[in-house]
Amino acid sequence: MATMLRLKDVSAGYGGFQALFGVSLEIAAGEAIAVIGPNGAGKTTLLRAISKLIPVTQGTLEMEGRSYGNLPAHEIISLGIAHVPEGRRLFPRLSVLENLRMGAFMKSARPEYAERLEFAYSLFPKLRERSAQLAGSMSGGEQQMCAIGRALMSGPKLLLLDEPSAGLAPVVVQTMFEHIKRIRSAGYTVLIVEQNIQQVLKLVDRAYLLEAGRIRKSGSAAELLESDDVRQAYLGVT
Amino acid sequence: MSHLFDVYLLEAVINGVLFGGLLALLSLGLNLVFGVIEVIWICYGELIMVGMYSIWWLFKVVGFPLPLAMLVGVLFVALLGAALHQFIIRPVLNADPINQLLVTGGVLFFLQAAATVVFGIEYRNIGVNLPSLSLGEISVSLTRIIGFVVAIAAIAVTYVFLSRTYVGTAIRAISQDRTVMPLMGVNPATIYLVTSAIGGALAALASCLLVLQYDMHPAIGLAFGPVLFIICILGGLGNLVGGFLAAFVIAQFISVGGYFFQSEWGYVIAFAFFILAIFIRPAGLFAKR
Repeated sequence: MATMLRLKDVSAGYGGFQALFGVSLEIAAGEAIAVIGPNGAGKTTLLRAISKLIPVTQGTLEMEGRSYGNLPAHEIISLGIAHVPEGRRLFPRLSVLENLRMGAFMKSARPEYAERLEFAYSLFPKLRERSAQLAGSMSGGEQQMCAIGRALMSGPKLLLLDEPSAGLAPVVVQTMFEHIKRIRSAGYTVLIVEQNIQQVLKLVDRAYLLEAGRIRKSGSAAELLESDDVRQAYLGVT
Repeated sequence: MSHLFDVYLLEAVINGVLFGGLLALLSLGLNLVFGVIEVIWICYGELIMVGMYSIWWLFKVVGFPLPLAMLVGVLFVALLGAALHQFIIRPVLNADPINQLLVTGGVLFFLQAAATVVFGIEYRNIGVNLPSLSLGEISVSLTRIIGFVVAIAAIAVTYVFLSRTYVGTAIRAISQDRTVMPLMGVNPATIYLVTSAIGGALAALASCLLVLQYDMHPAIGLAFGPVLFIICILGGLGNLVGGFLAAFVIAQFISVGGYFFQSEWGYVIAFAFFILAIFIRPAGLFAKR
């Protein structure tokens, strides 16, 4: 399978504080991978580095064989990388429809606005019902759907999901993982960051364990689920 | 006698409504810039002044036809607004609000002094006088009616632009979350520049209406600036609908207050009302608490 995203030896941080130390990872087209790890391990920073929201101080970023480390943040989406940020970050005082429209802001995305809107609505029928409602007035689960829908509006190849289950009620978490499963089967390549390790490892093909800004372990989802490191530290199994 | 009394009061109310439309347009650009960029252009009145002089100069000195002079004036001040953002605001975008206020205050005095040097202190006008319309005993000046209609139309166009277009939606979105914008392919710097240009264009559009009604002088920005600020604050800074309504409230105080006392007293009453209103509702009359 063709490599979609490749990170080689990437270091990044905020101001004087370094959060990632020489991280390398690869995602093949059509694959779903997870990055797991404790709070503060640098998972969100990793996604922010991939999206160029923070500068990469060392290493290379490649999308479909093209190095893009020198592009500014607002051009990353045109490579086919859509990022659903931590905490959803919808525009609370815009309607659901206006939030979705913002996802199609890119000039190349506008001609396909109607079809993609229909697709987002078919994935999340709730969004159609709520299209005129202010995004900030919806429940957490609905907001997460809207955030994912907004990312899909750009017609991405690769979807970066940052803690999609965070802050949701347990029942809603289940549905959220169902949704992500459906997005996978719709052909999107997915990179997901999660604390909900047991759940996410059932969903993805492979996973990376990130600790203190370094990749500690990587392998198939089953391997990580079985590994002692993960079992003891994160699943509470002794 | 009591019959006459009512007619003049009605005339004052009608003039207040017409003036309200003009003030609504005047405050729109200032409010938009604050709502989006969260920087107060203290020099907004001076942009209006520059717009008035540009139109006067192009029309009276260069000899452009008035509509062309107005069009070029609007484009010029739009560029000036963009330049103001790029060279003055951008370096202090993340500085304390007081510093932002001070730099735009500096621009205020610079523009005022520059206008004095270039055009002198005498009052100037474009010398176009439109007749008054009479309806029974009420007479209303045609320029005020034109001003009102154009102002309302411009506000409507701005509203449609902000609610229906991609760039307009981005302008509203960026005020809610600046840092997430790049993830949607939006360069915040570009949106700020576009917003500033629109702010300048709206100021100059107001100039087009003012040159028909008022004489210009280098300090005319100060005649409008304070009224525009109290309108924006009363409406809830950055709240465009609130600002629109507040413009009509303040215009009525000025117009009807001026009718009962003397015209200068209209402003005194309007400002007194403003102070009282802010005591009672600090976030503005139309704030959603």
